[in-house]
Amino acid sequence: MNMFSQDADFKMDVLREVGNIGAGNAATALSRLLDKPVDMAVPKVNLLPFERIAEQVGGSEAVIVAIFLRMEGDAPGNMFFLISREQARHLLQGLLGIDAAADGDYSELELSALCEIGNILAGSYLSALADLTGLYMSPTVPSIAVDMAGAILSYGLLQFGTMGDDALLIDTTFLHGSQESEGHFFLIPDPDSFEKLFRALGVPI
Amino acid sequence: MTEANLIKIGMADMNVGIGGTLLRTTGLGSCVGLTLHDAERQIAGMAHIMLPSSEIAREGKLNLAKYADTAVPELIDRLARIGADPRRLVAKLAGGAQMFAFAGGSDSMRIGPRNVESTKHALALRSIPVIAEDTGGNYGRTIELDCRSGIVSIRSVQHGVKEI
Repeated sequence: MNMFSQDADFKMDVLREVGNIGAGNAATALSRLLDKPVDMAVPKVNLLPFERIAEQVGGSEAVIVAIFLRMEGDAPGNMFFLISREQARHLLQGLLGIDAAADGDYSELELSALCEIGNILAGSYLSALADLTGLYMSPTVPSIAVDMAGAILSYGLLQFGTMGDDALLIDTTFLHGSQESEGHFFLIPDPDSFEKLFRALGVPI
Repeated sequence: MTEANLIKIGMADMNVGIGGTLLRTTGLGSCVGLTLHDAERQIAGMAHIMLPSSEIAREGKLNLAKYADTAVPELIDRLARIGADPRRLVAKLAGGAQMFAFAGGSDSMRIGPRNVESTKHALALRSIPVIAEDTGGNYGRTIELDCRSGIVSIRSVQHGVKEI
């Protein structure tokens, strides 16, 4: 992307910080929900070929639980909260005391509970982002799917699809408690949103 | 039995094969997997189409495999180049799902059905019949095409494996 022809490293650092602040706020929200510590890795910011994006969560055919929402407003984009089925089970158990089957279908209640968790976390991510940038950002109603990672993530790549064969992804991994399972926040701003984000943060373009 | 030669096709990508070759693409969501087959020559091709029309493209060098309107003619040409007769080609479609349900969804959320419509339109322009399809729904699919028989096996998380 042309936007990154100058000061690419610095701009990537800025986006990493954006991910850090957003996901940090979301991790805090998750930690409060679970009443357990939630750790977070330093966000990875990469321009990745479409094929490699699903690899970040186990490959195109790996079955994941995904809560997806569009952020609308000044700098639109796509946001995913992605967890494994095992981790979804832990969340349901920890939060609601529901003993969900590890692999079977989810009930309406379980799906709706997971969707609401995703909603709360994405909301805290976005509000931190809005505070930081002073931009108006509003999340759409979230939607949940349990399916192949490739099929799910391709939804977040459509806006980049018209521009080329890669997408810029801000990926934050978090780990909770002693459990090894990890979850991901994927923020994929629309290609046109980078200029607005950088302007709002005072980054020379 | 010899190990079949497997060619993987990525997102917004296409390829062709002959005889015992298997063509495979994984994780079709709103994308459409298009297969074309010439039964007599046992030549077949597959495209993983991502968007309905190249009119919305803003990229410098167009990736022909990405858009329905450009992928169809390009795949036909590539098959003709390795010996297929375009008049004998038959098409099968899979994918074009709507993975997420949104109340009052915007146009970009209907991308799956639009991809299917647009692919069918491009095939009709070249008079290629669609003899089977497994499209729509709200789930992802992985498809594998046997270039010899033209049979497409479709795998999904909820529905197991089926053949068209």
